[in-house]
Amino acid sequence: MKLRLTLAGLALLHGAILLAPWLAPYDYAEQHRDFPYAPPSRLHWAGLRPVVYGLVPDTGGEIYREDTSRQYPLELFIHGRLFGVAAPAVFFPWGTDSLGRDVFSRVLYGGRISLLTGLAATLLSLGLGLLWGTLAGFYGGWVDAILMRAGELFLALPWLYFLLGVRAFLPLHVSPTESFFLLAGIIGTVGWVRPARLVRGVVLSARERPFVAAARGFGASGFYLMRRHILPLTGSVVLTQATVLIPQFILAEVTLSFLGLGVGEPVPSWGNMLMEARQFHTLVSHAWMLAPGFASVPLLFGYLRLADLLLEKQHLAPVADL
Amino acid sequence: MRYALRRALHSLLLVAAVSLLSFLFAELAPGDFFSEMRLDPRLSPATIDAMRAQRGLNRPLPLRYLAWLGSVGRGEFGYSLAYNSAVGPLLVQRIPGTLLLTATATLAAWLLALPLGIWAASRRRAWTATALNGLLALLLSIPELLLAVVLLLFAAQTGWLPVGGMHSTGAESLSAAARLLDTVRHLAIPVAVLVLGMAPVLIRHVAAAMREVMDAPFALAARAHGVAPRRLLFRHLLPAALNPLVSLFGFSLGTLLSASLLVEVLVGWPGLGPLFLEAIFARDFALVLGVVMSSALMLIAGNLVADLLLYRVDPRIRVQ
Repeated sequence: MKLRLTLAGLALLHGAILLAPWLAPYDYAEQHRDFPYAPPSRLHWAGLRPVVYGLVPDTGGEIYREDTSRQYPLELFIHGRLFGVAAPAVFFPWGTDSLGRDVFSRVLYGGRISLLTGLAATLLSLGLGLLWGTLAGFYGGWVDAILMRAGELFLALPWLYFLLGVRAFLPLHVSPTESFFLLAGIIGTVGWVRPARLVRGVVLSARERPFVAAARGFGASGFYLMRRHILPLTGSVVLTQATVLIPQFILAEVTLSFLGLGVGEPVPSWGNMLMEARQFHTLVSHAWMLAPGFASVPLLFGYLRLADLLLEKQHLAPVADL
Repeated sequence: MRYALRRALHSLLLVAAVSLLSFLFAELAPGDFFSEMRLDPRLSPATIDAMRAQRGLNRPLPLRYLAWLGSVGRGEFGYSLAYNSAVGPLLVQRIPGTLLLTATATLAAWLLALPLGIWAASRRRAWTATALNGLLALLLSIPELLLAVVLLLFAAQTGWLPVGGMHSTGAESLSAAARLLDTVRHLAIPVAVLVLGMAPVLIRHVAAAMREVMDAPFALAARAHGVAPRRLLFRHLLPAALNPLVSLFGFSLGTLLSASLLVEVLVGWPGLGPLFLEAIFARDFALVLGVVMSSALMLIAGNLVADLLLYRVDPRIRVQ
């Protein structure tokens, strides 16, 4: 039951991020130059209809007041999107940033980059981990020694130093698409050692199972044994590791982009949106700029919960690696 | 003694391998400090080539590695082109800041995690333990980045704590005690962020490790023999649970160093983090390499200390 609830929550969040172009009232790059740092729009009720008032800049600058003389109804299915208001009026559920871009829309779109980077990096990391772990565990001896010693090197550096160190030696200015692959690539390669060690442990014990010995006795090749008999046994470990790694890697993307080393403007990611939060004076009066940070919490919570539930099922200790 | 020597040798080899690999990786990287200058029409390619030659960047790779090793031996760790100075002194200025932050946070996180973990393990069905578990799960899913910014915002609005840096302006003129208090006040926020990020992980692990030994037959036997609870905890349970916790210590150190990098950048703490970021954006590879090597040294040294400690407290390792 708990598992189903968690899965349903995660599915909802993923759905929202996936449907960003339809759920978001504006495009991620659409600028409303008249409304920089507009606060979250307030909904009013005209009878049973939700309406917004027009927004007027007050005393210049970044302070606004509502023009109560006209009401604009909040409409569903407008401009091919789920909700929005008709042209002269604006509706920013979570306010706007310094260029007058709708933060809510950008959080939804930004979730795509952050989530996708996390997922791609996890795939890469698990792939590498499966390969190395299986080879090391299955062949043992000097293969095992070399592969695992190499893995130890990857743990000799604190992970963020490692990540930034690798990032430092790659080109700084890259297009958003390139930076996506770059990020997924380096986050995945930096993080493969822990899954590899776990897979190795499973393979080591699987190798000694009677049915593996039997298949070997019938003359099965090493490759066949690994593919047919040993890999399927690693399934649950790999699945659990995925739920542990995805939130970590999402955070890694957020951190890198936040530091200005990840995905760049105008494409939003939760990390580069939070960059504005580095300027303190903007934050003090525009707290809604923290929205991407808060938006990431339920997603991370969902994955952590899922990891805990899966581990509980396997009677293992709770998640540590964060 | 032989064990200590073996661990030390292993750590040394690890450092050597990391240095070789990171140096190679830095060399294979496209571009260097001068590559941005090539875009400048006022500088002829010949000038830039001469500048590179002056810095020895056109020598063959093995020679450069040897030269770098030599400068590591002299404590210089190469030459920072952005700062026009040897890397070593730059690192020496910043390492104490990072160490102070990380060591304080490590200490605080463990001091918090040990009693709480033991407490949670001994009351596994109580609603208080369940509540603690929920709180920990929530804390785990809040990014440190967000935590830091929110705390800083809070400090800025209440004015209770200083918002950035390590010292107030004019701290040099204060008395020693006042200076210490000033630094402690500056430490509060970064350490709080690090502890809130790290302690939940530690508490869960301490609780898991303790639960395991509490369920072990020897614990039951000790209880049946009437061993006092305090003696049972300190003499029997804790030493037995220590082994996984010491490997967790190494892990926590790496995580804390990483988190500390981010927090340092956020609060403007004069540690390795801000220096690292500047070096990356300036494409100052020697400095990047220096910072990476210092972080590796800190982590490996921490792990070595943990290993040796474990050897002292856990007789099982001495037998192996």
